[in-house]
Amino acid sequence: MLELTEDQKALAEMVRDFATTRIAPNALDWDERQHFPVDVLAEAGQLGMGGIYAGEEFGGSALTRSDAILVFEELAKACPTISAYISIHNMVVWMIDHFGTPEQRAQWLPAMTAMQNLGSYCLTEPGIGSDAAALTTRARRDGDEYVLSGVKQFISGAGTSALYIVMARTEDTGARGISAFLVPGDSQGLSFGPNEKKMGWKAQPTRQVIMDGVRIPAGNLLGAEGQGFSMAMQALNGGRLNIAACSLGGGQHALEQSAAYLKERQAFGGPLTRQEALVFKLAEMDMGLEAARSLLRRAAAALDAKAPDRVRLCAMAKKVATDAGFEAANSAIQLHGGYGYLSDYGLEKIVRDLRVHQILEGTNEIMSLIVGRGLVDK
Amino acid sequence: MKIAVLIKQVPDTEEGRHLTSDGRADRDASDRVIDEITERALEAALKQKDADKSVEITVVTMGPAAANEALRKALSMGADKAVHVQDDALAGSDALATARALAQALSGLQADLIVAGNESTDGRGGVVPAMIAELLNLPFLGPLGTLEVSGGIVRGSRADASGTTALRASTPAVISVAEAMGEARFPKFKGILAAKRKPVAVQGAAELGLGAADHAAGNLVLASAARPARTAGVKIIDEGQAAQELAAYLAAEKLI
Repeated sequence: MLELTEDQKALAEMVRDFATTRIAPNALDWDERQHFPVDVLAEAGQLGMGGIYAGEEFGGSALTRSDAILVFEELAKACPTISAYISIHNMVVWMIDHFGTPEQRAQWLPAMTAMQNLGSYCLTEPGIGSDAAALTTRARRDGDEYVLSGVKQFISGAGTSALYIVMARTEDTGARGISAFLVPGDSQGLSFGPNEKKMGWKAQPTRQVIMDGVRIPAGNLLGAEGQGFSMAMQALNGGRLNIAACSLGGGQHALEQSAAYLKERQAFGGPLTRQEALVFKLAEMDMGLEAARSLLRRAAAALDAKAPDRVRLCAMAKKVATDAGFEAANSAIQLHGGYGYLSDYGLEKIVRDLRVHQILEGTNEIMSLIVGRGLVDK
Repeated sequence: MKIAVLIKQVPDTEEGRHLTSDGRADRDASDRVIDEITERALEAALKQKDADKSVEITVVTMGPAAANEALRKALSMGADKAVHVQDDALAGSDALATARALAQALSGLQADLIVAGNESTDGRGGVVPAMIAELLNLPFLGPLGTLEVSGGIVRGSRADASGTTALRASTPAVISVAEAMGEARFPKFKGILAAKRKPVAVQGAAELGLGAADHAAGNLVLASAARPARTAGVKIIDEGQAAQELAAYLAAEKLI
């Protein structure tokens, strides 16, 4: 499990080449201009990154979760924001591939696995974050249609996506009253809030998704009524692995940049690598990232094997890796001194991007809750 | 149509060039990579295949066992099969010995078109493609910046200091490609996973019918030395005469 296969090395090498040439040189510019590079996403789709762990029937790459974390780490070394968006898109694609009918898969997947069409995952609401089972968006059956009304908050890709998977309430029975719907981007009654001004993740749009009597065919129900919450949580297991990998990639890049800088920067009569306190800081960053990576690989293997403790391991890996990545990036700023605070060095962007990974896909406090409850609720 | 593409694995020269004491490229001193110009040669062939699925591409390399990695990369990009000329007896071959071995390997493929990079980043001799054409008694066109193949005719353009020359020949032919041919594609995930199922034929010198006389290097390296460090150039300070001095300098260097 700890050694990568030849195939995995080749997959990671290709993604590294792609990310180094097509993403990294533009990452600071996209961040500054708040530019969402849909053309580059489509290129990634051509290479198989739009349906990484979706089946081959409709254009997926049929890779494993253990492969996918390598892909997201390499992408995130170039830009955590782009990597994280591709993770969200893959979460949506997986839900359709895994829970969809043959008709739904045939209709939506070919353009989405190619990333010609993008997808958004709509769970969170303005008043509903960690307590997701309390969501209030309504879906009412009306003949051959469902009618959806409500507001979704912090939706990545909103306004650009061709498809929104919306978790909405079909009954007032808590988590079991939630269903998942495929809402086309051009639906009547669907609108979007302004692009949020935010700390990081600037190269992907984040908006409210507003549904005011949106009518969709009854055939756009994903799975059965009442299964929406369960499906959304299952998708998040993989999402947590991916976002953990995104944090490792950002942190790893910050570590490598810091090691190079300490070798080059002269002070007190020699390179900064002669200052042991600074080298110890590098070592701490490396240890934190490597420990998280080991746990992440184990969690990915558990999800691939559908092991009974997969939810626990995915939650652990998400918290440990997003904390380690953020700590490494933040330390990199300190090691660079004043230069680390300048945008041109790219480190403050990594910190801004990775900060939100401790909040989304389930906050790190919710991760602790999942792990802690497993210990005491037996 | 059958296309053969010559692939070369080279030491990554981004961090400098290293020679062994006997003057050969030190393959252990740097990462091994597929030479970018040979990826561009493959890209030219893959564009033909994009337009006509019946095109069959065979990638051919000569090199030690590790050169297999470069063939796998080429297969993952979309080539159909590979030939690996591998024999310790061929180590240290010069350009002519290399051309003889590759020509033997290529002669069995019946390719309509043989595509090579114009020069490798390690040796930079830039003569092997033309030598292969000579040995196989085929026309040679190169280095080309564009390529078009139809109706048994290969056409391309070659840019040089004096302009652009349009070239054409009937197939079979050998061409070499210049940088201008355009960047190679990235392999797709599916291509990477499919590459290991594609056939790679390994051929030794004896199988290719090569005798000691064929693969003996035609020259002997007595010593090698690193390229001297760059020195400062000529500085002309303008005190009213700079244009004349500059013109005289360029003329003396035969640059104008």
